[in-house]
Amino acid sequence: MSGLPLFASIGGAVEFIFAPQESNVTGGKKVGGFDKSLELVVGHLEVTFLALALALLIALPLGLYLGHRGRGELLAVGIGNAGRAIPELAVIALVATLVGVGMRNVAPALALLGIAPIIVNAYVGVRQVDPAAVDAARGMGMSELSIIRRVELPLAIPTVMGGVRGAAIVIVATATIAPLAGVETLGDFIINRNVYGENGLLAGALLVALLALTLEALLALLQRRLTSDGLKLKTV
Amino acid sequence: MIDLTVLAAAGEVGGDFFKERESGTLPCQADTSRLFCLDWAKDNLDRYGTPTLQHLEMVLLAVLIGFVVAFALALLAHRTRWLQPPLLAATGVLYTIPSIAFFFLLLPVTGFGRDTAIIVLAAYTLQIIYRNTMLGLTNVPASVKDAARGMGFTKRQILWRVELPLAVPEIIAGLRVAVVSTIAIATLAVLISAGGLGTEMYGANLNFPTAIIIATAIVILMALAFDLVLLTVQRLVTPWRRFRPR
Repeated sequence: MSGLPLFASIGGAVEFIFAPQESNVTGGKKVGGFDKSLELVVGHLEVTFLALALALLIALPLGLYLGHRGRGELLAVGIGNAGRAIPELAVIALVATLVGVGMRNVAPALALLGIAPIIVNAYVGVRQVDPAAVDAARGMGMSELSIIRRVELPLAIPTVMGGVRGAAIVIVATATIAPLAGVETLGDFIINRNVYGENGLLAGALLVALLALTLEALLALLQRRLTSDGLKLKTV
Repeated sequence: MIDLTVLAAAGEVGGDFFKERESGTLPCQADTSRLFCLDWAKDNLDRYGTPTLQHLEMVLLAVLIGFVVAFALALLAHRTRWLQPPLLAATGVLYTIPSIAFFFLLLPVTGFGRDTAIIVLAAYTLQIIYRNTMLGLTNVPASVKDAARGMGFTKRQILWRVELPLAVPEIIAGLRVAVVSTIAIATLAVLISAGGLGTEMYGANLNFPTAIIIATAIVILMALAFDLVLLTVQRLVTPWRRFRPR
C-alpha cells in the first residue's frame, strides 16, 4: 500500500534546508533554502510560544489555586484525562472550519491542548507538598497568596515543570499541522509536498524533530535552574 | 494554501467526499453557519465503519507492541540498574519527537501505510509504559520483598509473584494514558496514507464541520471506552486494593 514514489534521502533533505533546489514536483521552480527554513522555524516558534504563554496564563493559576484549596480533584483529573483524548487534528480542522484561520485563531486552539497537562501537574504538585511546610508558613503569618507563591510553588516546581514540558511537546507537535489553518510553520514543508517535494517533506520532519528536542532540553535545563537546591538534595 | 484535492486525487484521503464537496452537492453545504448537519450524518454514518476499524487495529497493534517492548525493557532495567538512565533518556527522545515528524522521518525506510504508523505510535507509548512500570516496581515496599525472601522465594518468584502484582495499578495507569493518547494521535496517520478516523477529519477540512465532528466524537468515545475497560481490568486483577483503607 504505497502512495507516491519516494526520492528523498536525509542528505537531500539537509541540502534542502540550506540551499534552494528544484523540487521533483514543481518543474524548475526553486524551493526551500535557508531563508525559507528560517522563516518557517520562526513562525513555528512564534505560534508555539504564544500558545504556551496563553496556556500557562490560564492553567497555572487555576491548577495552583485548586491544589492549594484541595478542591476540584475531579475537575483537575477529569480535565487531564479528557485533554489527552482530544485528537490534535480535529482541533486544527475544527478551528479552521468553525472559527477561522490565522494566528489569532490557531494560537488559542493550541493553548487549549496545553492547558490539561499544566492544570493536572500544578494540582498534583501542590497537593504533594508536605502539609507541615504549609502549616509552618501559615504560623509565620504568611498570607494564603504568599504561601502559594513562596512555599507551595517552589516545592512543586519539578511536577509543575513536568506539566509545562508536556504542554510544550503537544503544542510544538500540533503546530506542525497549523498550516491547515493558515499559519505558516515548519509543517508547510510537510503538508505542501506538492510544492516542496520529497526532500522538503523530509527536511520539514527533520526540523520539527530537532526543534521539539531542543525545546524539551531547554525546558529541562530551566527546570533544573528553578528547582531549589534543597529539593535536589532530597531526590538523590 | 494547501491543495487537499491533490492528495484526494492520489486516492489518499477523503474519497468521493471531495467530488461531492467540489460540486456543492452536500446537504447543508450552502448554509455554512450550520454547525451540524443531521441529514448528512444519518445518511453517511456507515462511511465511518472502515476508518473506525482501521483506527482500532492500528491502536491495538501499536499499544500491544509498545507494551511488550516497554515491559521487557523495564524488567531488564529492574535487574540491571545502570541501564535505567540511558533507557529513560532514549524512550524520552522517542516520546518528544512529534509523531508527525516521526511519520515522515520513517518514510524513506518503511514507506507509506499502516506499518509506519504502527511503528511510530508504538515508539510513542514506550516512555509512558516504561516509566510507569519502573515506578510500580520501585514503589513496592522493601518490607514486602524482605518477607518474600524470608519465606524462601527465589528472585524470579519475588519478581513475578510479589513485585509485579503489586505494580499492576501503576502499570495499568500507564497503559491507560498510552491507549488514550494513541487513539488521539492515530488520527494523524492519515498524513502517511495509513487510514483511520483521521481520513474523515483531514478530507473534510473546508467548510463542512459535520464530518469532522462525527469523527472526533468517535475518537473520544473510543478513548473513553478503552479507559473504562482498563480501569475495570485493574479492579479485577487487584482485588486486595478494594479492602485497603484510604
